Amino acid sequence: MQKFYSSISQIVGDVITVEAENVGNMEMAQVMTRRGTSLAQVIRLDRKKVFLQVFAGSRGISTGDKVRFLGHPMRIPTGHTLLGRIFSGSGRPLDNGPELADNLVDIGGPPVNPVKRIIPNKMIRTGIPMIDVFNSLVESQKLPIFSIAGEPYNELLARIATQAEVDIIILGGMGLKYDDYLFIRDTLEEHGALSRSIVFMHTAADPIVECLLVPDISLAVAENFALAGKRVLVLLTDMSNFCDALKVISITMEQIPSNRGYPGDLYSQLAARYEKAVDFDTAGSITILAVTTMPGDDVTHPIPDNTGYITEGQFYLKNGVIEPFGSLSRLKQQVNANTRDDHRIIMDTMIQLFAEYRETLEKQAMGFEMSAWDMKLLKYGRLFEERMMSLKVNIPLERALDLGWEILHDCFSPEETGIKKSMIDIYWPGTHEN
Amino acid sequence: MVTVSFDSPVMQNEVAYILHEKERLKSEIIRVRGNLAEMQVYEDTSSLKIGEEVEFTGELLSVELGPGMLGQIFDGLQNPLPELAKQCGFFLKRGVYVDALSDSRAWDFSPLVQPGDQVRAGDKIGFVNENIFQHYCMVPFSWEGIFEVVSVENAAAFTKHQAVARLKDAHGKIHPVFLSQNWPVKIPIKAYAEKLKPGEPLVTKMRLIDSLFPVARGGTYCIPGPFGAGKTVLQQLTSRHADADVVIIAACGERAGEVVETIKTFPTLIDPRTNRPLSDRTVIICNTSSMPVAARESSVYTAVTIAEYFRQMGLHVLLLADSTSRWAQAMREMSGRLEEIPGEEAFPAYLESHIASFYERSGMVRLYDGSTGSVTIGGAVSPAGGNFEEPVTQATLKVVGAFHGLSRSRSDARRYPAIDPLISWSKYRSFIDENQKERGQQILRKGNDVSQMMKVVGEEGTSLPDYIDYLKAEFFDFVYLQQNAFDVVDEATPKDRQVYVFDFIYRIFESDFTFEDKNSALHFFQQLRQVFRGWNSAPWGSEEFERTEQEIRVLLRERMMKG
Repeated sequence: MQKFYSSISQIVGDVITVEAENVGNMEMAQVMTRRGTSLAQVIRLDRKKVFLQVFAGSRGISTGDKVRFLGHPMRIPTGHTLLGRIFSGSGRPLDNGPELADNLVDIGGPPVNPVKRIIPNKMIRTGIPMIDVFNSLVESQKLPIFSIAGEPYNELLARIATQAEVDIIILGGMGLKYDDYLFIRDTLEEHGALSRSIVFMHTAADPIVECLLVPDISLAVAENFALAGKRVLVLLTDMSNFCDALKVISITMEQIPSNRGYPGDLYSQLAARYEKAVDFDTAGSITILAVTTMPGDDVTHPIPDNTGYITEGQFYLKNGVIEPFGSLSRLKQQVNANTRDDHRIIMDTMIQLFAEYRETLEKQAMGFEMSAWDMKLLKYGRLFEERMMSLKVNIPLERALDLGWEILHDCFSPEETGIKKSMIDIYWPGTHEN
Repeated sequence: MVTVSFDSPVMQNEVAYILHEKERLKSEIIRVRGNLAEMQVYEDTSSLKIGEEVEFTGELLSVELGPGMLGQIFDGLQNPLPELAKQCGFFLKRGVYVDALSDSRAWDFSPLVQPGDQVRAGDKIGFVNENIFQHYCMVPFSWEGIFEVVSVENAAAFTKHQAVARLKDAHGKIHPVFLSQNWPVKIPIKAYAEKLKPGEPLVTKMRLIDSLFPVARGGTYCIPGPFGAGKTVLQQLTSRHADADVVIIAACGERAGEVVETIKTFPTLIDPRTNRPLSDRTVIICNTSSMPVAARESSVYTAVTIAEYFRQMGLHVLLLADSTSRWAQAMREMSGRLEEIPGEEAFPAYLESHIASFYERSGMVRLYDGSTGSVTIGGAVSPAGGNFEEPVTQATLKVVGAFHGLSRSRSDARRYPAIDPLISWSKYRSFIDENQKERGQQILRKGNDVSQMMKVVGEEGTSLPDYIDYLKAEFFDFVYLQQNAFDVVDEATPKDRQVYVFDFIYRIFESDFTFEDKNSALHFFQQLRQVFRGWNSAPWGSEEFERTEQEIRVLLRERMMKG
C-alpha cells in the first residue's frame, strides 16, 4: 500500500500539487526532500490533482521529490505521559524527551452535541478584583484577552494560569518571540505549574503551517483529558498570528478574500476552535483563554471582531490594566449570584459611577468648573483606579467586595449611590454593629 | 463542496447522499453544469475520495411536520439532538441521521370531519392533544384541488405511519392522510385564504420595546448590535415572556452555551399564561457555530417552515433567529466556494433577495376556516465591527417593520436593554397613547441635545430649565427604559402596568419643578430614581407597590409647582 508519487506539478506558497489516486480529503502525507522528510496534509482534491499543505514549508522542494500518503488524518498522542513536556506545532518534542505515540487521536474531531453540555456554574477565582468582582471567569468559558503589542498580556496570562484552580494547563503558543516563550515557561516552572502543563510551541521562526495546527492539537489533547473528567485550562497566545496564517494559506489557494484579505470563513474557523470549550455532562471541562492582539487597537478589525462574536466576553487590556469598559464576562451571571448577595450590587454601582467619573474627567480636561458632585466623582475614580484596577492588587473576592463598600463610603452618601435601601442597611460601613 | 457527474436527470436543490465506506453523507445540489452537479455537503468532508458513489433521492430538502415537535431540540436538518446523544454520546457523529418525529409514539386522534365532507389543503381532519394544544392533523399543504373524505378513523391511538383518513381527488383516486406530512423548507406554505396587515401588538413585556418600539403580531423586527451589547440576552428574555402561543428559537451559527442555557432552563420555568413549563411551547433549532456550515444555511429555513406549520393551526408563532448574519456568512462561504463573482464585502449578489424572502415568510393570515394565525420574525444581526452600514444590516432594514438598534455606548454604561432609543424605530402601533409616547421620545431627544451641549459649554453654561429637561430624560431612561433582567419582577412588565407607569411618568414630564440650583435638582432626581427603582421591583398590585407609589407622590409634591 505504501506507494510513492513523484509527479509534483505545482508549487505555490507552501502548497504543492501532486497527481495521485485514491487519496482522502484531509489525509496526511510525507514529502521526502533533500532537506529531510516533512509532514503535509491534503487540503483539496480535483480529479487526479491532490493539493498538499507542507508543514515545513515548500522551500527546497523539487518537482522530482517523492510523496507518500499515510492513509489517516492528522493525529496526536494524548494522555498523562505528555504532562510537563514541550512540543512543536506538529507534535515533535522540543525538550529532550522521547517521541510519543500513545493513545493517538484525530485532531479537529466532531463538534459536541449541545444537549451533552451543562450550564457552566463554577467560578474560577484569580485573585484579580477586575476579574473576580466585575467579570468573573467561569469554568468552560472561552475568553480572549484583547490587547495591543507592548501590553503585558503574556504576564497576565501566566498569572491567571498559575493562580487558577484547574487540573491541567495546556499552553499553545503561535508566532511567539522566543523570549516570550521562555518567560511563560519559566513562570509556570517557578510556581510549580509546569508538571501539570503541556506546551505546544510555534515561534515566529517556525514554518507558518505549523502555526495553524497549534490550536487544534492543544484542544484535541485538552478534549481527551476533559473526557477523562479533568478540568483543563487552555491558554492560546497569540490568536492573531493564527488568523494571519489562515489568511496566507487562503490567498495561496486563490480563495476570494472577504474583509482586509481574511478568508470569508474566518468566523467558522475561529468558532470551530473556540467552541471546543465545554463543560461536559458527567465529565470534565475545557476553559479557553486566548490572547488576541488588535492591530492598531482597533476592535472592529476582522480578527477581534469575529472573535468577539464567538467568545463569551473579553478582557480588554489597556495601559497595563483590565479596562472595565470593553471588558465583559458573559457568564458572570451564572456564578455571581452565589458568591455573596452584595456582589452584583457592588459590580453594577461601581461601574456606573466609574463611567460618570470618566465623563467628569473629560469635562475637567476641557477646563470646565467642577461641581461638588464632580469633586466627589474625581475622588472616587482615583480610589477605584488605585485600589481595585491596578493589576498589582491580589486579594480574594470577599475582601474586594468589602473594599468596594469602603470606597463608596469614603466618597458618597448612601442615596447618591442609587443602591436599594435594603442593601445599604446591611452593608453600608458604620450602619451596623461589627 | 463536492462535484459529481451524473447520467440521469437531477434537480436543483435535490438531496443526495455521498456513500463513503459505511457512511452516508447528506448533501444538496446547488449548481448544475453540463453533466456535473456541484453539491454542498452538510457534513465534514475529510477523508472523502475521488470516485465515491453518490445516491440521488429525487426530493428537495424537507422537514417532517406533525405532533411531537414541541419541546424538541433539532439540528439544522431536523435531527433530534437528544436522540443523537443517546446513539452517539458526547459528539455529533458524521452521517448519523434520525427521524425528526418518533416512529413508535402513539397519539390519541379525534376526528373533525365525516365521510362525504369536502376538504382542501390545510383543512383540519382531526386533532391529537399535545401539551396544551390541540395539534391539528391537516390535509397535506401540497395537495391541489378539492377532495372528498372517503373514510376517517374513529377516536383511537395512532402512530405517524398509520393513516387516519382517506380522501378522494377529482379523478377518483384515493389518498391516505397521516398525522405528519413533509414540506420542502425553501418554499413558503401558502394554504390560507388571505394575508392580513399586522396590527395588534405582540407584547414582549420589555418596556422599551412595547412602549416605544413595538412589534406587531405577524410583523418583523431586527436587533442589530455589536458583540457584547446584549442581543442574545434580549432574545432569551423575549422567548420567555413574549405573548405568543409557540416560540421557535433558531440558534444559527452562535455559541452552543447559549442554546444549552435555554435547553436546561426552559423545562424548569413556568409560563404564567398556561402554568406549564416554557419548553412545552418552544421548539429549538440549533446549528451552533462549530457545526457544519452548509446546515447552518438550511437551519433558518427549517425554523421558519416549522413556524408556518403551527400558524396553519391558528396559532400565533414567534420565530427568533440568532443570528441572521451567520446565516448570511454561510451563504457567503458557499458562494465563495462556487467561485461566484462577489458583491459588497464578498457577500453574494443575491444576499438582499434571500434576506427579503426570508422575512416575507412572516405575516398574519386568515385561514380557510376563518381563524387567524401569525408568524412574527425577530432576527438578531451581528454587523462586523458594530457598523450598521454593512450589507446584511442594510438589506434587513429594508424589509423589517421595527428596528431595535443596540449601541455599544449604552451597554458599556450598563444601561440594559442597550436598545438605543435615539436610533431605533417601529412602524407598528404601540398600546401607549400616541401623544404620551411622542412626548417621551421628545424628552429623550431634548435630554440628549442638552447633554451634547453640556460637553461643549459645561454644566455652568447650561440654563436650569435645560438642565431639568436633561435630568428628566436621564430619569426616564433609568426608571423606565432600563430594565433589570435579574430582578424577578422588573424583568417582565405586563401591558397594564406599562400603561399605568407611563402615564405616571408622563405627568412628571408635564410638571414644572422649583429648584434653588442645579445641585438640588440633581439631588432630587437621584432620590426620585432610587425610590422609583424600588417601585419597579414591587409586584404589580401588591401592598408594597401602593406604598412606594405613595412615597413617590409625597416626594413629588414637595417640589412640584401648582398646576
